[in-house]
Amino acid sequence: MVKVTIDKRTVSVPEDATILEAARMAGVDIPTLCYLKGINEIGACRICMVEVEGQVRLVPSCDTTVVENMVVHTNSPRVREARRVNLRLLLSQHDTRCTKCTRSGNCKLQQLTNDYNLLGDHYVPDLKNIATDFTNPVVRIENRCVKCMRCIQVCDHVQGMHIWDLVGTGSRTTVGVHDARKLGDSDCTFCGQCITHCPVGALQEHDDTGRVFDFLADPEKITIVQVAPAVRSAWAEYYHLDPQYATAERMVTALKMMGFDYVFDTNFSADLTIMEEGSEFIERFTHRNRYKWPMFTSCCPGWVRFIKGQFPAYVDNLSTAKSPQGMFGAVAKSYFAEKLGVDPHRIAVISIMPCTAKKAERALPNLNDACGDPDVDVVLTTREMVRMFRGEQIHPEKLAETPFDSPLGTGTGAAVIFGATGGVMDAALRSAYYLVTGKNPDADAFTAVRGMDGWKEATFAIPGAGDVRVAVASGLGNTRRLMEAIDNGDVDYDFVEIMACPGGCAGGGGQPIHDGVEMAESRGDVLWGLDRNAKVRFSHENPDVLALYNEYLKRPLSERSHHLLHTDHHGWKMPGEA
Amino acid sequence: MSRLDIKNPSHAQTVVDNLYRDMERRIASSPPGLCPVDMALSFLVMSHAQTCGKCVPCRIGLGQLTKLITNVLDGTATMETLAIIEKTARSIVDTADCAIGRDAARLVVDGLEGFRDDYEEHIKHHRCLAGLQLPVPCVAMCPAGVDVPGYMALVGEGRCVDAVRLIRKDNPMPVACAYICEHPCEARCRRRMIDDAINIRGLKRYAVDNAGDVPQPECAPATGKKVAVVGGGPSGLSCAYYLALMGHKVTIYEERRQLGGMLRYGIPNYRFPREKLDGEIRSILSLGIEVHTEVRIGRDVRMEDLQREYDCIYIAIGAHQDKKVGIPGEDSGNVMSAVEMLRSIGDNNPPDFHGKNVVVIGGGNVAMDVTRSAVRLGAKKVSCVYRRRVEDMTALPDEVTGAMAEGAELVTLSAPVRIEADENGNAAALWVQPQIIGEADKTGRPRPGKADLPERRIAADIIVVAIGQGIEIAGFEQAGVPVKRGGTFMAELDCQVGTMDNVFAGGDCVTGPATAIRAIAAGKVAAANIDTHLGYRHEIEVDVDIPMPRLNNRPPHGRINTSEREANERRNDFEDIEIGLTCQGACTEASRCLRCDHFGYGIFRGGRSRKW
Repeated sequence: MVKVTIDKRTVSVPEDATILEAARMAGVDIPTLCYLKGINEIGACRICMVEVEGQVRLVPSCDTTVVENMVVHTNSPRVREARRVNLRLLLSQHDTRCTKCTRSGNCKLQQLTNDYNLLGDHYVPDLKNIATDFTNPVVRIENRCVKCMRCIQVCDHVQGMHIWDLVGTGSRTTVGVHDARKLGDSDCTFCGQCITHCPVGALQEHDDTGRVFDFLADPEKITIVQVAPAVRSAWAEYYHLDPQYATAERMVTALKMMGFDYVFDTNFSADLTIMEEGSEFIERFTHRNRYKWPMFTSCCPGWVRFIKGQFPAYVDNLSTAKSPQGMFGAVAKSYFAEKLGVDPHRIAVISIMPCTAKKAERALPNLNDACGDPDVDVVLTTREMVRMFRGEQIHPEKLAETPFDSPLGTGTGAAVIFGATGGVMDAALRSAYYLVTGKNPDADAFTAVRGMDGWKEATFAIPGAGDVRVAVASGLGNTRRLMEAIDNGDVDYDFVEIMACPGGCAGGGGQPIHDGVEMAESRGDVLWGLDRNAKVRFSHENPDVLALYNEYLKRPLSERSHHLLHTDHHGWKMPGEA
Repeated sequence: MSRLDIKNPSHAQTVVDNLYRDMERRIASSPPGLCPVDMALSFLVMSHAQTCGKCVPCRIGLGQLTKLITNVLDGTATMETLAIIEKTARSIVDTADCAIGRDAARLVVDGLEGFRDDYEEHIKHHRCLAGLQLPVPCVAMCPAGVDVPGYMALVGEGRCVDAVRLIRKDNPMPVACAYICEHPCEARCRRRMIDDAINIRGLKRYAVDNAGDVPQPECAPATGKKVAVVGGGPSGLSCAYYLALMGHKVTIYEERRQLGGMLRYGIPNYRFPREKLDGEIRSILSLGIEVHTEVRIGRDVRMEDLQREYDCIYIAIGAHQDKKVGIPGEDSGNVMSAVEMLRSIGDNNPPDFHGKNVVVIGGGNVAMDVTRSAVRLGAKKVSCVYRRRVEDMTALPDEVTGAMAEGAELVTLSAPVRIEADENGNAAALWVQPQIIGEADKTGRPRPGKADLPERRIAADIIVVAIGQGIEIAGFEQAGVPVKRGGTFMAELDCQVGTMDNVFAGGDCVTGPATAIRAIAAGKVAAANIDTHLGYRHEIEVDVDIPMPRLNNRPPHGRINTSEREANERRNDFEDIEIGLTCQGACTEASRCLRCDHFGYGIFRGGRSRKW
């Protein structure tokens, strides 16, 4: 421990603490912009500068380690002036039309500009003439970028994809796609982690709220909305709602108020996914020689893009099951259309997803199995849904609760955990066990796959089938390590669940943004809690799913199931794929 | 892709590396008189191109400074702009992460401190204080303004006599300068933009070595005015020369036995052979200048008497006073000053150092002269002891390498502590405290500090102190000649001594120890202003027609250097160490001259001043 004095407060801090950390221990808040603990500690923005006695120049607090008896002033006139100059410099290259920005009110630069009372003119405006590319789910807007490099760091060190890079030199240095390509020509998985780690509005999802408003306004359209499991864990964060009130049922009320004809739950098709994928696993597991191992889950579109781009030799290891979103769309435009007795072309399926990659998945050319139209028409992120609520002046705290509509609104505890890392595996094992043994296991028998570890592994004995070796990874950096280990023969698994975002969909790239705070774990806990309290905790006990099989699909892996609920991962190509 | 690759610069990188080198030379050869604000802006733009782009102050800040300074130059800025420039630059210095940003902004801050009036002139009057006064760089850089392109052309045509006559118009000591000038004329030579500066001094040496005895021009009709020149060194001789040409009666008073000043009593024969010096002095005195040697002001003659007896006085006594190190034992036997030692050599009474260990204290040109002379005086070992590092020595690099080649030892980072004497009171050793180099001072020169090492003993039979010279102000100060804090005489840029109506001063005694050419230039300036003071306006000119430049496409071409005799041979005698250019070498080298008197701005104005 070393003793340091920060703004006249003397504290004892670990000797490897930075000045920034020491200040926080002393209860002194030093403003930061580019800093992201553990991910981006590069001292780029020069906002966290402080004065250290005995030093000629100011010192960045985020990457300077304390020394014994250091005396620090975090708010001297010189410090304040330096921060103001550097903020004004940033503003000279920033499109300050905050009214047009989705991050207004949730923007580090805006907050600092207000905090430092930067009234009046800034430096000579110096906006760049770089056109915005709106052709992908992830959109980068040059004149909002503060070059904090967080996107590059997250993509390099957390996701290991190296999509974003510094391009240009000198004054023209900016963030672009590695090798000066377009994002759409890259291997980008569209996981959206760069968006949720951007301190400003330089990176955002492709906004599709307009299309949804158009569908709602079209009297010919029957609008069906599905809400992914993880959305319910985060949707009310912007309203600072007491978690007790932030229920999925309140969200249903809000969606109803928006005018959706049917508010359904992706949990339904998550259970359906378990039926198909679980059966597929049993089929493969009991006919080992016919298949490549291990089997991979296929519900995460970022992961599917990853394996196609990075480890194409393993594409056939993916489950052929569509993701829950895809299954939902196909069922809605076939089974449910028939139930309603309407032309499926009149149905618009809208997904609310914690995810930006789902927008790319929706657009895949071969996800059109129900009636020829795309199975899903529009994907909104959690953030876009909240923006629509705001536009409608909906105040969730005042709403009553409404249950999801029937029949595609029924989900089990096994479905809601799809939104947390390990949840798909947990749910699949519960049903696989039943499918093999005819008996339910303890719903909490597979806890080893839960939790925030980036790479988990376990072996479970299923009587009659044998030991099942499973692995669960989240985050593409962890995923790459796992894939390399498989490829090198270092590890051997039967069934592997992968989620592209750290912590799974709860930490998805479409979720609400809280600068500097990782929310995946606490949101995941909400989902695990919903499972624990669910009346039904096994997908194979979802009555409406069972009805679907009885009335329409016959059984898992039936011909109709294959047609509607499975897909050919070779049916579309990644950029540059031969 | 392989795991590792040999680093091999791309073609583009190789070309850029060459451009860097070209740009370095180009900056070094910037003509004097450019707008400092414009240059600061250009440096800033280049610095900004070097940013890696990581940090805000450097990536954006340097660009904003560029825009703001551009506004200053465009005349669209206000004094508020200047304040923002200053605030921004200081903030960048304060918050940049590395030297790329910090030192780029430092250039701007230094400029605001160094030439703020230029900034203000642009802002308030939309114009520049700077202007090309002298468009020919070598002429501008020569303190005496010698017509360099003119004599380059003459040497190129083999007209060495005319070259000497042309030089004498501005500098009456072409021979001295041919041998020992520090050639500031070469520093900004425009030829450096192509390859390297012209070997101007080498060509001058070729001219004087091949011109033979060049008769002096006729003096103007006698004016009857009398001028006393105190000090017969380069400054006094130059002043005397031009005053004599103008028809005034000049008398030189010299304290030493012979004329020449530091050219005789400071510079050893191996750099400037005595017969050459004697020839040059003879030539100057041929104008009818009266000389009194071994006369000391204040002892043999009083300043007040000179003032009464003469219409004007030019004081050019140089800087000949020893400086002491101030360490215990400095008064021991066999401890001498550089001035003392070189003076005895100058008067052909050299000390005998055979078989002796000689330690020289100092790192300037004089220390090198002493070191190399000690080698030639037969010393067993000569060690030059210096507080700082070799690269911090003020001596010319050629002098240092020359001394090392001749076998002298450089003992750097060693501060003299005391002199140990034997039982007879004679020096036995110099004790030094090892130093470590430290932070730079305000001028950017790193300061030495005490190293954590024990003192060292350097055995010494002879110790020569060469740490600079002062001015012997006695005899002048009492007579009312004002003295500055540094111990130099106070004189204006026109050489007039402020409060004294008919007294002028120049050379080392005003500037402190400096170069021969600056002393010569001061003599020239004093002569002109004394002439005016006496009520005349004599003009100095020469009837030499300068050859017209020939067309030349100027491909890059190596500079032809003078060479030196082998170290092993030259260290044994006091003969000239340098070998001058051959005829072929001189003609080739002269043809490299870009003739800035004709090409560029010089043909428009300022290319040649024919008289002064």
